[in-house]
Amino acid sequence: MSHRIKRIIPQLLTLLFVLAVIGFFTINAQLNMDERGIDFGYGFLNQESSFDVQFSLIEYDGSHSYAKAYLVGLLNTILVSVLGIIFCTIIGVIIGIARLSPNYLIRNTAAWYVEFFRNVPLLLQIFFWYYAALRALPLPENTEPLFGVTYLTVKGYYIPRLIWENFDILVYSILAAVISIVFIRNYARKLQEEKGEQIPVLLISIGLLLIFPAITFVTGMVQLEVALPVLKQLSKTSFIYAEGLSVPPELLALVLALSLYTATFVAECVRAGVQGVSKGQKEAAASIGLTPNQILKLVIMPQALRIIIPPTTNQYLNLTKNSSLAAAIAYPDLVLVFAGTALMQTGRAIEIVSITMLTYLTLSLAISLLMNWYNKKIAIKEK
Amino acid sequence: MANINILKPTSANFQTYLYIGTGLIFVSIFDVFLRSFFNINFSTSLPGILNFFLPLIIGLIGFQMIRLEYSGNSIVDKINQSVNNNTFNAGLTLVIIFLTLLVIPPALNWMIFEATISGNTKEACAATEGACWTYIKVWFRRFMYGMYPNDFHWRINTAFITLIGFAFVGYLMRGKLKSYITFYYAIFYPIIAFIIINFLISGGSFGLEWVETNAWGGLSLTFIVSFFGLIFCFPLGMILALGRRSELPIIRYISIGYIEFWRGVPLITVLFMSSVMFPMFLPSDAFVDKLIRVIAAIILFEAAYVAEVIRGGLQALPRGQYDAAKSLGMGYWKMQIFVILPQALKLVIPGIANTFLALVKDTPLIFVVGLSEVVGMLQMAKTNPKWLGYAMEGYIFASILFWAICYAMSKYSQYLELKYKTER
Repeated sequence: MSHRIKRIIPQLLTLLFVLAVIGFFTINAQLNMDERGIDFGYGFLNQESSFDVQFSLIEYDGSHSYAKAYLVGLLNTILVSVLGIIFCTIIGVIIGIARLSPNYLIRNTAAWYVEFFRNVPLLLQIFFWYYAALRALPLPENTEPLFGVTYLTVKGYYIPRLIWENFDILVYSILAAVISIVFIRNYARKLQEEKGEQIPVLLISIGLLLIFPAITFVTGMVQLEVALPVLKQLSKTSFIYAEGLSVPPELLALVLALSLYTATFVAECVRAGVQGVSKGQKEAAASIGLTPNQILKLVIMPQALRIIIPPTTNQYLNLTKNSSLAAAIAYPDLVLVFAGTALMQTGRAIEIVSITMLTYLTLSLAISLLMNWYNKKIAIKEK
Repeated sequence: MANINILKPTSANFQTYLYIGTGLIFVSIFDVFLRSFFNINFSTSLPGILNFFLPLIIGLIGFQMIRLEYSGNSIVDKINQSVNNNTFNAGLTLVIIFLTLLVIPPALNWMIFEATISGNTKEACAATEGACWTYIKVWFRRFMYGMYPNDFHWRINTAFITLIGFAFVGYLMRGKLKSYITFYYAIFYPIIAFIIINFLISGGSFGLEWVETNAWGGLSLTFIVSFFGLIFCFPLGMILALGRRSELPIIRYISIGYIEFWRGVPLITVLFMSSVMFPMFLPSDAFVDKLIRVIAAIILFEAAYVAEVIRGGLQALPRGQYDAAKSLGMGYWKMQIFVILPQALKLVIPGIANTFLALVKDTPLIFVVGLSEVVGMLQMAKTNPKWLGYAMEGYIFASILFWAICYAMSKYSQYLELKYKTER
C-alpha cells in the first residue's frame, strides 16, 4: 500500500503543478484579452494582408490573405533550409574526409576551419557575409561574368532562367526511368542469388536515366529555352540584369553562413563515423577476397553511415531551425513575414507565435520520428 | 608509363633527383609569388590553361622526383610521409601552399602593416588602405558596456571582479567546508550573483543611480545572460533528465513533452514569445523586466538540451550501478545524488560543454527583443553616420572575441574531462 502511495503522490504533485501553471497563464491571458477587447481566434488568416514580400516563390501581393503570406514565408524557409542542407553536406563531407587525410597540411587546414567556424556565433557570420563580404561586390554594370553566363553583383546573383515546355512529360520520363531501374535491380539481385551472375546495374541505371529524358527531347515533346541575364538600365545610374533568375543577396548570405557553419558539425559527424568502423572490418573484408571498391561499398560505408546519419540529421534539423535567423537580415522567411510583419499588423501575438512555433515543432517532430524509424531499421540485430 | 618512370628516383641517383626536385618545387612557388605580387609571368607564350596550371605541374614533377621510401634523409622521409605520399596528396599540398601564399600576405598587410590605430576620428583612417582599428578603439567602451553611462563603468567592473572572487572561494574551501561546495555553487552563489548584479549594476539604492536594462549591453551583457543561463539551466536540465528516465509515467511524459517541445522550436521564436506573448500571460499589473524575461526564456530553452545530454550519460551507466545502490538500501534521491549523477555527469562533460558553448553563441539573438550585446552594438556602430564603412573591422573584432571565449571554454572542458577521467 505504502509503495503505491509513494508512486502516486509525486506524480499527482507534478501534475497539479503543471496544471496550475497552465491554468494561471490561461486565466491571465483571458483577463488581459478581455481588458483589451481582443477575441481569440484564427479567423484573421482569411483577411487581406495588405503587405508585400520582397522575395516569394509563389505569386503573392498585398491583396492575398494572411494564410497565403504564411505559405510564402514557409516556402522561403524551406528553400533556405534545403539549399543549406545540400551545401553543408557537400562541404561537411569534404572537410570530414580531409580531417582524416594522411596529408599533414590538409588535415590541419580542415581542423582550423572547423575550430574557427563553429566557435563564432552564427548570427555574426550571417552579418559578416551580408553586411561586409557581399557588400564588397561590384555593381551590376561593372560585373565580370562568372562561368560565362552568371553575374555575381552587389544586388544579387543573376543566373540563367530555364524555360521548360511540357515540363511534366520530363518528370514522367524520369519517373519511368526510376521505376525500371528498381525492376532491374531486383532482377539483378535475383540473378546474383540464384545463378551467381552479375550485371552492371550502375551503368544500366545511369544509361536509363539519361536515355529516357533524352528521348523526350529528341522527339520534341519537351523543349527547353535558356533565358540569359541581360544588363538593363532602370534609370541613369541604376542597372540590373533582367530576363534571368535573380538570387537576392539575403538568400546568398544566409545560405553561405548556414552551410559553412553547419558544415563544421557535419564534418565532425563524418569523421566520427569513419573512425568508428574498426580496422578489423576492413581487413576481414579484404581477407575474404572483396575488391577495394566492394569493401568500401559493402562493408565500410554501411557501418559508417549507421554512425553518421543520426547526428547529421540532427544537424539538418538545427540548420532548419537556425534558418529563422533570416529575420536579422530581412530575408522574408516564416519568422520575418509571419511572426514579424503579420504580427505587427494584426497584433495577434498568441495566435501567430503559436502557429509559428507549431510549424517548426511539426517539422522537427516529423524528422525525428522518421529518424527513429530509420534508426530502428538499420540497427544491428544482435542475437 | 615510361616517361613517368624517368621521374621516379632510385636510391642510386637520389641525390641528384633531390636537388632537381627541390629546385622545381621552389621554382613553382616562386612563380606563383611573382605572378600574384609583381605581375610578372614568364610563361605567357603558353596556351591559357597550361599557363595557369604551370606552377602546379612543375611542383608536381618536383614532388614526384623526391618521392622515395627510405631515402636515408630523415627530413625528406618525413616530408614524403606527411605531405607527399602520392600524386594526389602532393597536388593538394601544392594548392594549399599556393593559396596560403595568395591569401596570407595581403590579409596580414590589411590587418597589421597598413592598419591604423591612432587618432580618434574617421579622418585618421582615410590615409591608408588597411584596416581601421581606430574605429574599434573609439567604440571599445560601447562594445564592452553598451549604452551604460560612461561614469558608471566601474560598477560593472567591480561586479564582475567580485563575482570571479566569489567563484574562487570554492577553490579555497578545505576540510569540513568542502562537503558544502556543491551547495555553495548550486544555491548560494547564484543568490550572491543576483544580489550583486541587482544592486551594483542595476542600482537604485545605496546612493547608486538606477540604470535601466535597456542601457545595458556589449560584452558585459553577453556575460550576464550566459552566466545566469549556465547557472540555472544546469539544475533544471538535470531534473528533466531524471524525469525522463523516471519510472512514474506522468512525470516521464511531462518531461518528454517539455524536452521535445523546446528542442523543436528555434530560439528566436522563443525570444519572440517572451517579448510579445509572455506579457499576455501575466496579471496585467505584474511587470517583469525585459532582461529577466529573456534570460528565463534562454534558461527554459537550453535546459531541454542539457537534459538530453545528461540523459545520454544516465543511459550509458551500467544497470549494475543502480542495482548496487539499491541493494545498499539507498532511496531514489540518495541513489541519484551519490551514485548515479556523479558518474553520469562525468561521462557527459564534453556534451555539456557543447551545450554551454551553444548558449554563449546564442546570446546575440537577444537583438530580437531590442537588447544589444556585442553583435547588436556592432550593428549600431556600423550605421552611425560618422563611422560608415567599417563593418568588416567590427565583425573581425567580434569574431576574434567570441572565438577566444568559446575556444577557452572548450579547452577548459577538455581539461575537466581529463581531470575527472576514471578507469571504468
